[in-house]
Amino acid sequence: MRPFTYERATSPADAATKAAAIPGARFIAGGTNLLDLMKLQIETPAHLIDVNGLGLDRIEETGEGGLRIGALVRNTDLAADARVRRHYGVLTRALVAGASGQLRNVATTAGNLLQRTRCPYFYDTNQPCNKRQPGSGCSAMGGVTRQLGILGTSDACIATHPSDMAVAMRVLDATVETVRPDGATRAIPIAELHRLPGDTPHLETTLERGELITAVTLPKPIGGTHLYHKVRDRASYAFALISVAAIVRRDGGGRVALGGVAPRPWRVEAAEAQMPKGAKAVAAGLLAGARPTPDNAFKIRLAERTLAAVLAEARA
Amino acid sequence: MKFDTPAATNPIDQLKVVGKATDRIDGPLKTTGTAPYAYERHDVVAGQAYGHILGAAIAKGRITAMDVSAAKAAPGVLAVVTADNAGALGKGHWNTAKLLGGPEIQHYHQAVAVVVAETFEQARAAAALIRVEYKEERGAFDLAAARDGAVEAKDNPDTGAGDFAGAFADAPVRLDATYSTPDQGHAMMEPHATIAAWNGDKLTLWTANQMINWGVKDVAQTLNMPEENIRLISPYIGGGFGGKLFVRSDALMAALGARAAGRPVKVALTRPQMFNNTTHRPATIQRIRIGATPDGKITAFGHESWSGDLPGGKPETAVQQTRLLYAGANRLTAMRLAVLDLPEGNAMRAPGEAPGLMALEIAMDEMAEKLGMDPIQFRILNDTQVDPEHPDRPFSQRQLVECLRQGADRFGWTRRNPKPASVREGRWLVGMGVAAGYRNNLLTKSAARVRLDGQGGVTVETDMTDIGTGTYTIIAQTAAEMLGVPLDRVAVRLGDSRFPVSCGSGGQWGANNSTAGVYAACMKLRQAVARKLGFNAAEPTFADGKVASGGHAVPLAQAAKDGELVAEDMIEYGDLDKKYQQSTFAGHFVEVAVDGATGEIRLRRMLAVCAAGRILNPKSARSQVIGAMTMGAGAALMEELAVDKRRGFFVNHDLAGYEVPVHADIPHQEVVFLDEVDPISSPMKAKGVGELGICGVGAAVANAVHNATGVRVRDYPITLDKLLHHLPEIA
Ligand SMILES: Cc1cc2nc3c(=O)[nH]c(=O)nc-3n(C[C@H](O)[C@H](O)[C@H](O)COP(=O)(O)OP(=O)(O)OC[C@H]3O[C@@H](n4cnc5c(N)ncnc54)[C@H](O)[C@@H]3O)c2cc1C
Ligand code: SF4
Repeated sequence: MRPFTYERATSPADAATKAAAIPGARFIAGGTNLLDLMKLQIETPAHLIDVNGLGLDRIEETGEGGLRIGALVRNTDLAADARVRRHYGVLTRALVAGASGQLRNVATTAGNLLQRTRCPYFYDTNQPCNKRQPGSGCSAMGGVTRQLGILGTSDACIATHPSDMAVAMRVLDATVETVRPDGATRAIPIAELHRLPGDTPHLETTLERGELITAVTLPKPIGGTHLYHKVRDRASYAFALISVAAIVRRDGGGRVALGGVAPRPWRVEAAEAQMPKGAKAVAAGLLAGARPTPDNAFKIRLAERTLAAVLAEARA
Repeated sequence: MKFDTPAATNPIDQLKVVGKATDRIDGPLKTTGTAPYAYERHDVVAGQAYGHILGAAIAKGRITAMDVSAAKAAPGVLAVVTADNAGALGKGHWNTAKLLGGPEIQHYHQAVAVVVAETFEQARAAAALIRVEYKEERGAFDLAAARDGAVEAKDNPDTGAGDFAGAFADAPVRLDATYSTPDQGHAMMEPHATIAAWNGDKLTLWTANQMINWGVKDVAQTLNMPEENIRLISPYIGGGFGGKLFVRSDALMAALGARAAGRPVKVALTRPQMFNNTTHRPATIQRIRIGATPDGKITAFGHESWSGDLPGGKPETAVQQTRLLYAGANRLTAMRLAVLDLPEGNAMRAPGEAPGLMALEIAMDEMAEKLGMDPIQFRILNDTQVDPEHPDRPFSQRQLVECLRQGADRFGWTRRNPKPASVREGRWLVGMGVAAGYRNNLLTKSAARVRLDGQGGVTVETDMTDIGTGTYTIIAQTAAEMLGVPLDRVAVRLGDSRFPVSCGSGGQWGANNSTAGVYAACMKLRQAVARKLGFNAAEPTFADGKVASGGHAVPLAQAAKDGELVAEDMIEYGDLDKKYQQSTFAGHFVEVAVDGATGEIRLRRMLAVCAAGRILNPKSARSQVIGAMTMGAGAALMEELAVDKRRGFFVNHDLAGYEVPVHADIPHQEVVFLDEVDPISSPMKAKGVGELGICGVGAAVANAVHNATGVRVRDYPITLDKLLHHLPEIA
């Protein structure tokens, strides 16, 4: 860990302004991801701006009948919220499938969306990694890749985004609200928050320098059966090999997204249109263009089968 | 005390304290966070500075240049030690690679420097400023690729009997299958950690070490100093599993750092360092051939194992149990060792038998299937009561058949459908598996000192360690039984090299040998007490705090009224372990459910029926066995150090990447100990039991997965990707 300075922001706009103005500044929320990375010098911020005290920790109903989730709402509180459990079950299920109780008590909504990959080579500063050190190369390729991505990856990086929560938010069509350094606000559809790596895997989101996430809003509930199936080697406290988030309507239509396979939650709207035709058709569209490694080729079959099981469960 | 004839009736047989389920006497310290572990011994010496180790960034090669100037100039830095300024260092007997590398690098994350600073953060940040240039060399990192070049290892000759090749060729029913087990890490809670302090040329190390006396010797050898100038103190250890049998770089780098800084220094390995800097269980490839008659009598048994290690290292002795577990006139076991440039391999959680049985006991299941026999029947039919390679050597006790029979009854084995993939409960495919558990009982000399004070209090001192196993408690029970005092009158002091040299903790030899050493010392104290109190004639009895003979009873405390009575002795063994094979046995039963869609494997029930001599403390023994069963589940289902075969290191070097079971993975566990006393093992009539709990579990899981799904996975860990292509279509 490099020495750093620390301050508490006084308002969201203040946080954003400072983050843009101070070289090497980063926001810190729960710190469950950032601090680990700082200890390993994968992240080396010179200045931390604490955004915990800004009143962004509330869940409110929106005028449109949805929910606005403050960026600092803890994963535990979000999962337990009665409105979330009733109308957005897929979100609660995804949240409680993530990390551990202790971590979820601290982890925040924005921090979860912006957590970084779990590629093991990213975590070892002796190894080249384009995401950590642009242009240094990708050690994962040709190495140990069982956990890594099969979709949306590039020759520069095959890492995945590890969040469970984000996958559920993707099928819920959530919107990310932000404030920029100049005080202006904007709303980013969650589909547009995470970038694909291309040649620049170190650029992970479409947020601008200093831009602070203030909330995530969920549109009006759409009903349906909400399921989240996370597949992993042990029963708890492990990142997904793959996961399936699904909202299935009575008529068999609905939405699905995959986690653990791509640099962002993986949803293909065109594939969803096939849902009434059955899982195979959906999987074909969802997994089209997959570029697996020998180590993680199983994720294709696993995703197909898990999707089939989830849709069968929704029907039952 | 020389133990060379089977034990007769002795004071332990009273079983007033020994053999009773007893809470751990160190329990309150552990649960209140007040047991002093090495890194938290802030009180033992003033002015402790912090050391942080820098590990090598390559697996094999040389350091061509090293620039420590920025680190030296960093805030708070007191000293930087590298091979350049450490002085001449030897290598410990138990270390394969050097603990401080440079210029030659022998494995990834081999320590190349320690930075000492006022704070931990300063030391860590400064260590990151050291610039090292390497010349990387090609290394061998892939066991499968190196297998053909593997050779017979020193001290590990092939063994056998009869004519294996001929008998196997002639056998009407044959199995020839190859299995593999991966590299695995100990992943204990407490990292390797040491505080080192010099006083002139005397060095004290507060450390986490399972084997105090090995440690003293190896520190002496490494630092080229006399053993008597070294003191090792390790009263509490947060798990070791074999990873702390040896002095590791934390101890050496703390000592070197303290010398350079002129201050006490503490060093702990970080979690990511632990996997590549220290030892691990080496991967194996195992070929097993079994030949049998159509009615299931084994006629030929062959087990070969390949493993790798750094030059000068040792093989994983995975064929060990196959020499002794089943009958069969024609036999062969062989081990071949390849040179690999991965971090050094060494003992972990029942070395030898644990990975050996993972293969062997699948093979037995496969063979039973070929024969159309029940796997328990097949094992019972091929039981042996003698060492099959040396039929004149009987087992001291062998109740494998009883373990399997009782286990089958309790587990409801008759409910198992022998046809694989035929039981379905909703989305789950359900199956049961069995395996034999087997672990040798090892005899090692062990000494202790016992003190009696004027209030009748007893203190036991031995350099024995308690690595979380319950040693404090069984030693206290032993002394209480021997001297006729309640448990709370006994204080136990462990893990200090000033105390008499014990067997240490490892290889499940700790309990039996260390308590036998305490028994010997207590016998001597009893004689001293009897003499002091004037009991000349018959041996007096020691009970209820009194010493009595011929109707005459005197309080025990009176023997020490003029001053403490002290006795020291050592248990030493004759050749009873040559005349008799001493081993422990278990029947392991497992029920699994496999998600028919995803292939996720979840355990449902586990049972171990164990026969392991006298159980000194059924409560801590059960804890040992359920912990070991959990490790067996981990080995079966998830534990694997993933090797980067290009760059030669274990990639998943943290606890997010190296998965061990969590609570949700472990279902109902039951442990049964058969009534057994083994007078041939020691005066305690006990044997090891902890590691028995892991031995065989992996294969029981594998066999249950096969019974559930019909898929025979021969390469551990059994992860869902290995099942996926064989699972039924989803409706
Ligand atoms: C052992 C372990 C296991 C885990 N397992 C899982 C799992 O199974 N599934 C899963 O989904 N997750 C898992 N996680 C990850 C966990 O969910 C994240 O660490 C957590 O959600 C991050 O939230 P935080 O508030 O602590 O973020 P922080 O660490 O505080 O921040 C993370 C990043 O977000 C930025 N940031 C924070 N808030 C804002 C904001 N308001 N606006 C802009 N930027 C911001 C920070 O600058 C930083 O870059 C695991 C983590 C650990 C340590
Ligand atoms: S996959 Fe991405 S994160 Fe992993 S090593 Fe390659 S570039 Fe780095």
